[in-house]
Amino acid sequence: MSPTHILLQQIVNGLSLGAIYALLALGFTLVYGILELINFAHFSVFVVGAMAGLLVLQAFGLQGQSVILHGAPLVLVLLAALVAAMLACGLLGVLIERYTLRPLRAVTGPMAMITTIGVSYILVNLVLLLTRAQSLNYPDPLPAMTATFGGVTVSGKAVMIWIVAAILMIALDRFVRRTRLGQAMRAVAQDQEAARMMGVDVDRVILVTFFVASALAGAAGMIFGLYYNFADYNIGYTAGLMAFTAAVLGGIGNIPGAMLGGVIIGLIDTLGSQYIAAKWADVIVFSILIGTLVFRPAGLLGALAPNRS
Amino acid sequence: MSETLLEFAGVHTHYSGGLHVLKGVDYRVGPGECVVLLGGNASGKSTTMKAIMGTIRPSAGEIRFEGKRINTLSTAERVRRGIAPVLEARRLFPRMSVLENLEMGGYTRRRDAAFQEDLDRVYALFPRVKERRTQLAGTLSGGEQQMVAIGRALMARPKLICLDEPSMGLSPRLVEIVFDIVRTINRQGVAIFMVEQNAAMALEIADRGYVLQTGQVVLSGPARELAANPAIREAYLGEMKIDPA
Ligand SMILES: Nc1ncnc2c1ncn2[C@@H]1O[C@H](COP(=O)(O)OP(=O)(O)OP(=O)(O)O)[C@@H](O)[C@H]1O
Ligand SMILES: [Mg+2]
Repeated sequence: MSPTHILLQQIVNGLSLGAIYALLALGFTLVYGILELINFAHFSVFVVGAMAGLLVLQAFGLQGQSVILHGAPLVLVLLAALVAAMLACGLLGVLIERYTLRPLRAVTGPMAMITTIGVSYILVNLVLLLTRAQSLNYPDPLPAMTATFGGVTVSGKAVMIWIVAAILMIALDRFVRRTRLGQAMRAVAQDQEAARMMGVDVDRVILVTFFVASALAGAAGMIFGLYYNFADYNIGYTAGLMAFTAAVLGGIGNIPGAMLGGVIIGLIDTLGSQYIAAKWADVIVFSILIGTLVFRPAGLLGALAPNRS
Repeated sequence: MSETLLEFAGVHTHYSGGLHVLKGVDYRVGPGECVVLLGGNASGKSTTMKAIMGTIRPSAGEIRFEGKRINTLSTAERVRRGIAPVLEARRLFPRMSVLENLEMGGYTRRRDAAFQEDLDRVYALFPRVKERRTQLAGTLSGGEQQMVAIGRALMARPKLICLDEPSMGLSPRLVEIVFDIVRTINRQGVAIFMVEQNAAMALEIADRGYVLQTGQVVLSGPARELAANPAIREAYLGEMKIDPA
């Protein structure tokens, strides 16, 4: 392969990874936007999403890479697993908010953030226990379809990931910008007290935000499993930090920023691994995190975080 | 007087830290009336607004709207029943368009024909706001923001509008415009309960007034009488007795 082909190939790979990071980054940004809270439980919700999707695929009789589906059954099975992962995670997010964060709502300081770290540990360790710390083989019912464009191979799986991620992000954008609830969400993010005075049920809006953020993490988890053909209790750690960096890079609290940041970090991750070394990719990404925080804390697209007085 | 729209009877409030702010206050606002609440800094004026809207609940006493106890009603339900706020320092949603800010004022309503009608009414009252409807609220001038804040309250189709220091931070000319608008809205039959530090202007358009001092009503009466009261003239109307040295 020529250098150009290698580059293009890595960009194609980076876009798939970027789609996963973007979906996950959106959850950080949504919750931060509304509560100014960095939700570390998000890491573990992603893991739960991967596991929930896995359970559904197994329930359909898929084990490992042995069963290949086509046409409508393929679409239905994948859709069922995706929806199940999203719903399970959405509900998990709601429970986390309702029972561990809402009681701390009036407490200022890092208490809530530390609580999310605790929740994350509990969930990850539950998954560790239930999976007996094994790396699980993620079913891959997709036929090995590839198309080659001028020497660059694009797999059907990659295209599917891009389409699913694009649909979810467009749906989120529509929801936030065009619906009454989405408008209430933005109102709460911009001025919680004023929103309350307009008659917005702020607690309900926060719950909805956790549902949406966590459902996106669920989708990201399931897509991750499909893409890498494995899942274990530990996958949330690196992916979560990558996505968190993506959210900060784009401007935490900023929805388009999270999407852009996700794609950029996905590309840097793959290109860094290709051209420097896989072990250096993390160093590069976290240097970006620190660099952003130091030199441009508002991120690429500017902070849309609330400027409460 | 016969009818009462809003009534506070012996209302006390405590903040979560334990701070006792309102200490047994009584207010009364009749339908279509314009009532002003005067008081120095930290006397409990904004706390009164919060108690009306239900973002703080009384620890004792009763708040009634149209004769019914509303102590425990949600803010949304109060807005639905006809109470709308114009918040201190305007508090628009800065990254929403002017139109979206107005829509938020009618958040508890269905977006039906009547909603559209009210939007047109706000635009008729504030042609300037109509011109700016796609602009982000955070980029408006202070005067424009105050008009949007008042328009936002009107979108709830309220019987009572509660304004918290509408003149704050505005030039004298704009203050006059804002008070003119408040008077116009009041004449259309909407009751006004207004917190103000600009006592002279406020008493000019008000029917009655209360004076709040460290959480207690120390004076009340018709606006004319309050404006003539020497204590008020001294404390709020900028008249100081200067002792000849
Ligand atoms: N959320 C809160 N928690 C605790 N104390 C509060 C809170 N809000 C206000 N206070 C306190 O309650 C007292 C009354 O405040 P309030 O905002 O009602 O005053 P105000 O009359 O509106 O004053 P200003 O003219 O400065 O707006 C003040 O001492 C203030 O510090
Ligand atoms: Mg005040």
